Amino acid sequence: MENSIDLLNALALISNYVLIPSLSYGSQLALGAVGVTLVFGILRFANFAHGELMAFGCMATIFFTWWFQSMGITHSFFPTALLAMPFAVLLTVLLVAVIDRSVFRFYRRNKSRPVTFVVASVGVMFMLNGLVRILVGTDEIIFRDGQKFLIKAGAFKKMTGLSEGLALKQTQVLTVVLAIIAVFLLFWFLQRTRTGKAMRAFSDNEDLALLSGINPERVVMVTWIVAASLATLAGVLYGLDKSFKPIVYFHLLLPIFASAIVGGIGQPVGAIIGGYIVAFSEITATYAFKKFITYLAPDNFAPEGLGQLLSTEYKFAVSFIILVIVLLVRPTGILRGRVL
Amino acid sequence: MNNKNRVVLSFSIMALLLLTVGYGQSWNVALAIFNMCLISAVMSMGLNMQWGYAGLFNAGVMASTAIGGLTAVLVSYSPVMKAWSAGGTPLTAAFTALLITIAFGLLVWKKIKKGFFRSLCMTAVVLTGYVFMRIYYDEATLAIEAIEPAKTGFLGGLGLPIIFSWIAGGLAAAGLAWIVGRISLGLRSDYFAIATLGISEIMISILKNEDWLSRGVKNVTGLDRPVPYEVDLQQSEWFINLVTRFHGTADDGSPVSADILRETIQLSAGVFVKICYSGLFLAVVLIILWFATRALNSPWGRMMRAIRDNETAASAMGKDVTSRHRQVFIIGSAVIGIAGAMLTTLDGQFTPGSYIPLRFTFLIWVMVIIGGSGNNLGAIIGAFITWFVWIEAEPASLWLVSHVNVLLAETNPLRVHLQEVAPHIRMVLMGLILVLVLRFTPKGILPEKAPEHY
Repeated sequence: MENSIDLLNALALISNYVLIPSLSYGSQLALGAVGVTLVFGILRFANFAHGELMAFGCMATIFFTWWFQSMGITHSFFPTALLAMPFAVLLTVLLVAVIDRSVFRFYRRNKSRPVTFVVASVGVMFMLNGLVRILVGTDEIIFRDGQKFLIKAGAFKKMTGLSEGLALKQTQVLTVVLAIIAVFLLFWFLQRTRTGKAMRAFSDNEDLALLSGINPERVVMVTWIVAASLATLAGVLYGLDKSFKPIVYFHLLLPIFASAIVGGIGQPVGAIIGGYIVAFSEITATYAFKKFITYLAPDNFAPEGLGQLLSTEYKFAVSFIILVIVLLVRPTGILRGRVL
Repeated sequence: MNNKNRVVLSFSIMALLLLTVGYGQSWNVALAIFNMCLISAVMSMGLNMQWGYAGLFNAGVMASTAIGGLTAVLVSYSPVMKAWSAGGTPLTAAFTALLITIAFGLLVWKKIKKGFFRSLCMTAVVLTGYVFMRIYYDEATLAIEAIEPAKTGFLGGLGLPIIFSWIAGGLAAAGLAWIVGRISLGLRSDYFAIATLGISEIMISILKNEDWLSRGVKNVTGLDRPVPYEVDLQQSEWFINLVTRFHGTADDGSPVSADILRETIQLSAGVFVKICYSGLFLAVVLIILWFATRALNSPWGRMMRAIRDNETAASAMGKDVTSRHRQVFIIGSAVIGIAGAMLTTLDGQFTPGSYIPLRFTFLIWVMVIIGGSGNNLGAIIGAFITWFVWIEAEPASLWLVSHVNVLLAETNPLRVHLQEVAPHIRMVLMGLILVLVLRFTPKGILPEKAPEHY
């Protein structure tokens, strides 16, 4: 009896601190990585401005949220940001369209080398970075409203009689649910609609796609629209779940790239798998397992250290190590994407 | 306009801008900008070797800069003997464990055939090694960081003159670049960019968190200087005499009052120190420029450009593209490492928290692209212009904002907000300059010139 309760406690502990957070963080990464991978598949360059694009989308959502809140449009259960997000998506799509027209289209017509696109995307990154900070400042912003927890740690303890609490935040559930819906819509779009098929054809073989009469400009525009929408969604979900801080979105770039590459670049399914792999590894590697081991180990045994593989500050290292391992073992990524 | 005229014209304009700042704002400000321009010039020359000569997209410039800065600390700070005696032994043990693990790992990799068994052995070796390292390492760091944490709490350095660190910083950055190159070169540029970006982020987190090595976010201050201190100058006889000779008499010929003279001496001391730094930095820039120009015009430079322009053709001619890439990546990183050590020397302190990619990686990129990739003088002028704009954009935008702000009331939230965010206008400006240059003059201010002997 004692043992089984310990086991349940360990399970609750690990769900609370590792499983649930990595599930939601993984969904956020996956949404970002799908955007990166689509842009890579169609436009053939790694978009360094993607993190800032997420920041812009989230910022736009914050502004709409504040506007709605000032008009008194709120909901007691759901965050207002959900209502604000569609408007922000429109704004972000508009921004991306302008950027593509003014920056990237020129190089596409000139058939420039991919690395020129990357440098141009660095320029875009600078501009978006400055723009977001000018508009909203650099401070941390919490724009979540509505109900914070679905299950509170205390209530869970009382309900189950366990000594470990399990808290389930509404944003975590929202993240996973919205990510599933978004991914479902994306695959429906890619597999079933004409434009989606054109996109896949273009990604697989540009020359053949052009030969069969696919309009490249249209494909590119649709790609940007999808990438911008997903970036906004990912940015908002991340911001809701934690908080909005412009610099954090720059640092998300590395795990997002890692996810896209792990899954196989140019492969949306791969990007999703990659997102969860990176998130799980990052959180598992930086979690202190001391308490967990204490529950599972025989009585009166407690590990001396924290049982932590890496200290929390080194979470970048996790994405990087995964990147390197994939590079060495399977450069195509899990789903046999393109070799960079 | 031919290339020579362009060089003369662009450098004259730059000199004129700096002189304007000197007369308009103050000589201290002008020289401070000039010194940072020189350091940036070294950085952009290093990146220019990687990007301009060889076409490598290195997004981890910051890693080289930071390791150069760390070297400056490790070379010049006096050793903390107490920390060595407390944590030296376990630290050596941890290091030995690391070496043994690596040796065993290599042995397993070489001797056992590829397959499941090798993976199993590898995992076992790595895990065992990790446990041993961790035990000794934890003991060592605890012991070291407990020694007077408010003052030192780290191992200190070698206590040598800081100027040696400029060479050591270059070597350290080269070593890091060798490791990075082993892992990530030979793949397409985007992958390399992402990998180097990752390395630089890890490098900074190491510097921020390994307190025993770098004191982490507690920063190392009061580093040794290769030039005299202002306070000493103000006391020394010859300096006072020098200032008196130039500023001792007022316009009408009468001697100036003691108070004014003292103030002039104080200001001049600052200027004098900065001029000393400028001399040192200028020497470094000229030496590197000489080497870089020689290298670029040699058969080696032609080979690099050939590899950059057509990898397939170059490898068909028997050039080992990957190892050449690694070579130029190491050399370029070493140059950037020198600049990193110079930067820490100039600051007199090492602050890991101040390293951010936009400033230390992507700004250097802007310098190279604007100046003209593949042209060393271009890299220098790009560094000068970019740094000048980067620094002067802040007061300029504040000035602009203050003029908009007269229309608004003192406590208007918009006014407060504008005041706060004005510094970020320069980010947009930089991005805009980069995108415009890339679009309209992709060769930069001083284009790479095609050598005559083709």
